[in-house]
Amino acid sequence: MKKLMLGNEAVARGAYEAGVTVATAYPGTPSTEITENIAKYEGIYSEWSPNEKVALEVAIGASIAGARSICSMKHVGLNVAADPLFTVSYTGVNGGLVIMVADDPGMHSSQNEQDSRFYARAANVPILEPADSMECKDFVKEAFRISEEFDCPVIVRLTTRIAHSQSIVELGEKEEYKLKEYKKDPGKYVMMPVMAKKRHVEVEKRMARLREFSNKTGLNSIEWGNKDIGIITSGIAYQYSKEAFENASFLKLGMVYPLPTDLIVEFAREVKILYVIEELEPFIEDEIKKLGIKVIGKDVLPVTGELSANILREKLLDKQYEGKTCIEEKIPARPPVMCPGCPHRGMFYVLKKLKLTVSGDIGCYTLGALPPLESMDTCVCMGASIGMAHGMEKARGKDFAKKTVAVIGDSTFIHSGITGLIDIVYNKGTSTVIILDNSITGMTGHQHNPTSGYTIKGEPTKQVDLVKLAHAIGIERVKIADPYDIKEFEKVVKEEISTEEPSLIIAQRPCALLKHVKFEGPLRINKEKCRICRMCMRIGCPAIVDNGNYIEINEALCVGCGLCTKLCSFDAFQKAGDINGKN
Amino acid sequence: MEKINIMIVGVGGQGSLLASRVIGTAALKKSYDVKVSEVHGMSQRGGSVVTYVKLGKKVNSPLVEKGEADIIISFEKLEALRWIDYLRKDGRMIVNSQRINPMPVITGKEKYPENALEKIKSLCSNVIFVNALEIAKELGNIKVVNMVLIGILAKLIPIEKEIWLEALKEVVLEKYYSINEKAFKAGYNI
Repeated sequence: MKKLMLGNEAVARGAYEAGVTVATAYPGTPSTEITENIAKYEGIYSEWSPNEKVALEVAIGASIAGARSICSMKHVGLNVAADPLFTVSYTGVNGGLVIMVADDPGMHSSQNEQDSRFYARAANVPILEPADSMECKDFVKEAFRISEEFDCPVIVRLTTRIAHSQSIVELGEKEEYKLKEYKKDPGKYVMMPVMAKKRHVEVEKRMARLREFSNKTGLNSIEWGNKDIGIITSGIAYQYSKEAFENASFLKLGMVYPLPTDLIVEFAREVKILYVIEELEPFIEDEIKKLGIKVIGKDVLPVTGELSANILREKLLDKQYEGKTCIEEKIPARPPVMCPGCPHRGMFYVLKKLKLTVSGDIGCYTLGALPPLESMDTCVCMGASIGMAHGMEKARGKDFAKKTVAVIGDSTFIHSGITGLIDIVYNKGTSTVIILDNSITGMTGHQHNPTSGYTIKGEPTKQVDLVKLAHAIGIERVKIADPYDIKEFEKVVKEEISTEEPSLIIAQRPCALLKHVKFEGPLRINKEKCRICRMCMRIGCPAIVDNGNYIEINEALCVGCGLCTKLCSFDAFQKAGDINGKN
Repeated sequence: MEKINIMIVGVGGQGSLLASRVIGTAALKKSYDVKVSEVHGMSQRGGSVVTYVKLGKKVNSPLVEKGEADIIISFEKLEALRWIDYLRKDGRMIVNSQRINPMPVITGKEKYPENALEKIKSLCSNVIFVNALEIAKELGNIKVVNMVLIGILAKLIPIEKEIWLEALKEVVLEKYYSINEKAFKAGYNI
């Protein structure tokens, strides 16, 4: 049966068909849907782990215990999981272990555009790269075979355009995979120096065998065409190349580390001009240059952003796009905004009003850095807000700390914020940290986390009690405040920043998009009462529109959260039903 | 038919992903090769969203490039102007006349283009304007704007109506099928 599938969905299908029984992940765009889809299959234990390091550790444990296991993350998540990655390369596996990593060239939803292929090389782990959804499914299954044959974890790398493109997948049968026997083997699984030294030798032997394999595997293949132009490429870059160069010869790489050097030499010998076309870094190109082969690649192609057939035509074929429908006028940008009813809006309004330095983090609330709230000073990586606020205090002293807060989401706090908070307590900081507890992982599309009280399958579970947790690590001042209640929230923030001890404010109000969150419906502006003072415009609600001569509410967007009513001194915002006619 | 390149442009939250799934599924049922490219994440939150759907004998790149779109469906009129240079010379547009102000316009920093519809018309000779929001409201659910627009598109593509309805049934949840079907037919009959 054929089905249209997202790359991520196809990866999930591949895991199912390969007989995987354990799947772990921390959500991160563009990798999130892999584990969301795996969780729908019966018989696969799936979990949202607190972070990627834990996710990989769970998968490693499952593999050593004999199961085929899969662990998924986005590129920056691999940084978090890098520690166990480098060592599981030494221990090897028992049941197959596949690590899915989704890179984000073009940074559609990321803070950098790192190239995960370097991790494969650095950790001595093979890496595969599919070029469409069908290959996503097939390569995952092949990755499990390689993992078991060569006794190593295998990374399968996706990019946004593969992860988030749908194409046709031929479904297959589920393999009958039996748990492998578990045998205690400290020489293989306990990486103390004496054992690890021996294992490193094994790793090098394995890499030699993998290099041989790379030349033979069908994952790498030559498509002969016109031999004037030869193209070595992989993943989505293959698709763009096929579109820009219809008749050229292609060496399509499905295994991008280790590279099939014999095959590359053979291919290079036959073609007149050799291009290496890859997104981001010259990873393949540099390896080929080391073989003494002349190639054209990043000397003309960009190392930033996504490629496209047009970029290839422009840079390599000197064909310019001739636009004709271009509009002369400047089209206003449409940046993402916090949703109508978003609980973070009230909080940022208060932080801006108090002119605080805000050490920020990764999540929906990162949008608080954009106009009109513009109330976030920094954002580096998951969990960094708290440590950075502490660093600011240590650099500039307690008075600066009294004008500084760290903001972090509930899921991010569990991911890697808690260690920062422990640091503040332990090292005698006085920072104020605000946890934006909206009862869900918002940014990636509503995944549960340890503070939400439900598992990935929606089953109720123990819920982390943030208040008790804070007390347990030594925070004595913990306040719960509702960010919709601006006055009270402001009072709490003022109190907490002025104290010379660490404090935690839990800004508690569920995400406006959660199904169980009900609002009373749109508001309308009573024109007779509105003085057009524009106080309401300061909260940056997309439903409130300044039409020049009057203020209006877009009733298709307004949910009726009522935040604007708290800012209006003239009682001009009323329930739509209470005012006659259109405003 | 060699290939049809479609772009769906609009504002995050308007339902363009679901719309792209319906087109993709219908194309698959008609035995075309098909690729759909969508971007999640930041773009979901009220930002500008674009989805590419390519169908035909063989599809390589999932992206539609500038000057290559045969059809652009715009869920919002300003977005039609933003993406119009992706349209091929004799390409067609379906434009929902709904207006959603971007944040820079809301805060008064930038201006929403005056006479957007006239501008679109001057740049594209083959354009269908529709007030899909009004049609959806009359049907009783403003969320089916996307299906009204897909209904209009369906008539421009060599895929039978029955196949479209089968695809719709497969993609939308059962309890919402009837309202989506009505919206699709409303668009189809325009």
